[in-house]
Amino acid sequence: MKIYGVALLCACFLTGKYLGRLLGQWIGLDGDIGGVGFAMLLLMLASAYLRKKQWLARESEAGIWFWSSMYIPIIVAMAATLNVKAAFEGGWVALLAGGAATFAGLLLVPLLAKIGKDADPDNKP
Amino acid sequence: MELARNIIDKNGLIFAFLLVGLMMLLSYGLSRYVFRGKIPGVAIAILGALCLAFLGGEKGLGDYPVFAGLAFLGGSMFRDFAVVATAMGADMAQIKKAGKAGAISLFVGVLVSFTAGVAAALALGYTDAVDLATIGAGACTYIVGPVTGSALGATSEVLAISIAAGVVKTILVTIVTPLIAGRIGLNNPHSAMVFGGLGGTTSGVVAGLAATDPKLVPYGALTATFYTGLGCLLCPSVFFLILRALMGS
Repeated sequence: MKIYGVALLCACFLTGKYLGRLLGQWIGLDGDIGGVGFAMLLLMLASAYLRKKQWLARESEAGIWFWSSMYIPIIVAMAATLNVKAAFEGGWVALLAGGAATFAGLLLVPLLAKIGKDADPDNKP
Repeated sequence: MELARNIIDKNGLIFAFLLVGLMMLLSYGLSRYVFRGKIPGVAIAILGALCLAFLGGEKGLGDYPVFAGLAFLGGSMFRDFAVVATAMGADMAQIKKAGKAGAISLFVGVLVSFTAGVAAALALGYTDAVDLATIGAGACTYIVGPVTGSALGATSEVLAISIAAGVVKTILVTIVTPLIAGRIGLNNPHSAMVFGGLGGTTSGVVAGLAATDPKLVPYGALTATFYTGLGCLLCPSVFFLILRALMGS
């Protein structure tokens, strides 16, 4: 049943959020620190474990896949409800930040590809 | 008209799904037929949505009661929930397959993007650690930005900037990748995995690789799927704390 998958997703989501808040509290910040990241790790671990035990039916997984495929539409809805007017004054920040991040990343590809290749026995010359 | 309005008001979330569906349809149509796949549909949809938000105020289109459902759909609950669900696209076995190169490139990619974003924000006069971290996270992807920002309590204005930074990156990665692929040695699965980890924006990486060599797409996507999760984990926690310590606040 699809709801089993959705329920698993909800359990991971809420546990992750709880861990995030807990970490926040522990550090002394009133906020959620990495809750989404924890939830993602939990979901990966849980689904891998359940798949191995063959307790996660394809139909249950479909419930999770549905929400996974909804993230882009949800991000679009979010983008439509942001304070863009105010952000427009910071337009250059967005352009500069996005541009700098892109080019810095791309320029590092040949460097890191080399390091990786040394570590990968299959690719040794 | 009154009746239609009444139905929309009572079923705001359903109306929002319809609206977003139509926006996606239009964007993917534009991407395919007008821009011939040069700009990904996702990027057009997000840019279009940001333009629409310009018509509203503090909550963008959500300021109009008719679009209240849109604000709920785009709110943090649904957003975080759907983002967590994307972890299904990447399981532990794949982490091993991506190997050391992919893992290193993921960490370096998040760190470099965050640093570049923070540097850009610093250069343009931002000094608050929360604002800097949010913009730096936005330079990772347009999801890491708002997730980090709302976790740290950033303003809607800064959230919008961080998303805009992520969108800029998605578009740039899409356009620039095929142009410089040869120069950065992006012609084999190994470098494609490294590229996915450094680029991070799944839609940009996939679209950019598709334009370069469709065979490389799965390798780039493999590492890129982990990027947003790693960014959501690192940016609002470790990176923010380091940044706050450096800013001395």
